Amino acid sequence: MAREVSFVFNGNPMKMTVGDHWTLLHLIREELGYLGTKEGCGSGECGACTVIVDGEAVNSCLFLAAEIDGRELLTIEGLAVGDGTLHPLQKAFIENGGIQCGFCSPGMIMAGKALLDENPNATEEEIKEAIAGNLCRCTGYVQIIESIKSVSGHQTEEPRVIAWKTEENDRDA
Amino acid sequence: MRKFTYLVPKTLDEAISLHEARGERAKYIAGGTDVLVKIKEGKLAPDYLISLKHILSQDRPFLNNETGELYVGAFMTHRSIEKSPLVQLHYPILHDAVKNIGSVQIRNVATIGGNLVNAVPSADGAIPLIALDGKAHIYSAKGERTMELLRFFLGPGQCDLGRGEILTEVVIPPQRPRTGSAYMKHGRREAMELPMLGVGVLLSLEEDLNTCAQARICLGVAAPTPFRALMAEKFLVGKAINAENLAEAGRIAGDESRVRDSIRGVAWYRREMVGVLVKRMGLKALERAENKAEGGRLTV
Repeated sequence: MAREVSFVFNGNPMKMTVGDHWTLLHLIREELGYLGTKEGCGSGECGACTVIVDGEAVNSCLFLAAEIDGRELLTIEGLAVGDGTLHPLQKAFIENGGIQCGFCSPGMIMAGKALLDENPNATEEEIKEAIAGNLCRCTGYVQIIESIKSVSGHQTEEPRVIAWKTEENDRDA
Repeated sequence: MRKFTYLVPKTLDEAISLHEARGERAKYIAGGTDVLVKIKEGKLAPDYLISLKHILSQDRPFLNNETGELYVGAFMTHRSIEKSPLVQLHYPILHDAVKNIGSVQIRNVATIGGNLVNAVPSADGAIPLIALDGKAHIYSAKGERTMELLRFFLGPGQCDLGRGEILTEVVIPPQRPRTGSAYMKHGRREAMELPMLGVGVLLSLEEDLNTCAQARICLGVAAPTPFRALMAEKFLVGKAINAENLAEAGRIAGDESRVRDSIRGVAWYRREMVGVLVKRMGLKALERAENKAEGGRLTV
């Protein structure tokens, strides 16, 4: 079965026919041809396919294309402005070494953007929570957190994170 | 992904009649974060997916001001529960649990009802709702029935839901005054992981803010289904809430547990940790009950 959906893709109103069984990721990569959004695990574990729907970060690999009807979709391609000027988050990832192989970067940046759009003064804790569903196998996360933090209004110096556990978790009874 | 037809009913009755007409070939779907993974893995092969996402209902927890009951709709996302000021302020045990389920991306779409009907022993969403004495509302062609949420879970992956039935909401009765509650998922990391153990403690205090009037100790992954450590609860009632008594309650709860060895942890360790965490969550619940009492008015 197929159905017609209308949605806004990176600012452009679109109308198209989608298969009932298509994921949003399939729609973006295979039908629209925008390859910035990556498929990692295909099961919601890695976050490489993160896009923003109506302001919220979602895994496009577990989101049915049929559900995009009437909504606004933003992918990594929608961040830079027309003349090629990069979004502050994209610049920050380059400047802080938040990118190595680049496979997780679109997902990381979209997860970071959804956070900062809602909470422009996100703390380090809040940044870690926002990207908890995004795997990176190169950087060790520190530079990624620094990158997002450099764009957040909340830039007070905090000790560098070397482990994911919080104090509360480690505290003995 | 395997092909299927996606049906989008607007009412519960429409969803049920769509399901009835298609029987075994149909499967309900809400957020889809579990159903779609199972289809991709070949564990499910429905010809029809019936979406429950577009059935008109509230999108965040709300209080019935006349009865004092809290309504948690099955189709609400974990994120909407996590962000609810009502939940953060008055039902912290629920907030503790939903904020660490999956990731932000998952919580933005996955629903609490989906978490419950999967009925995995580790269901983080179930523990706090059971500790809060939640009642499950289940809808079918025959009408609505309600049951204690605790009794909704029959075994690993099994819940008391007949063919075509839909879990619509969990209703939480008014809490006693001077109540505090806390939940903790124990695992190697906070996010993106099923718990090795889930421990929820809810304590209602007498006017002296020290004696236990009512206790709920609810455990996940400590038995085939979420369960209440009734002996440990009974031990606490009438006693002073302090580290010593909570440690004893934890020991009793550990004895009541039917923990087992699994890939995420071994039985003896789980049992030990039941003791440690019941005490820790008990102290946190006490602190929260005291803070709430100091704040003066109890609104819920």
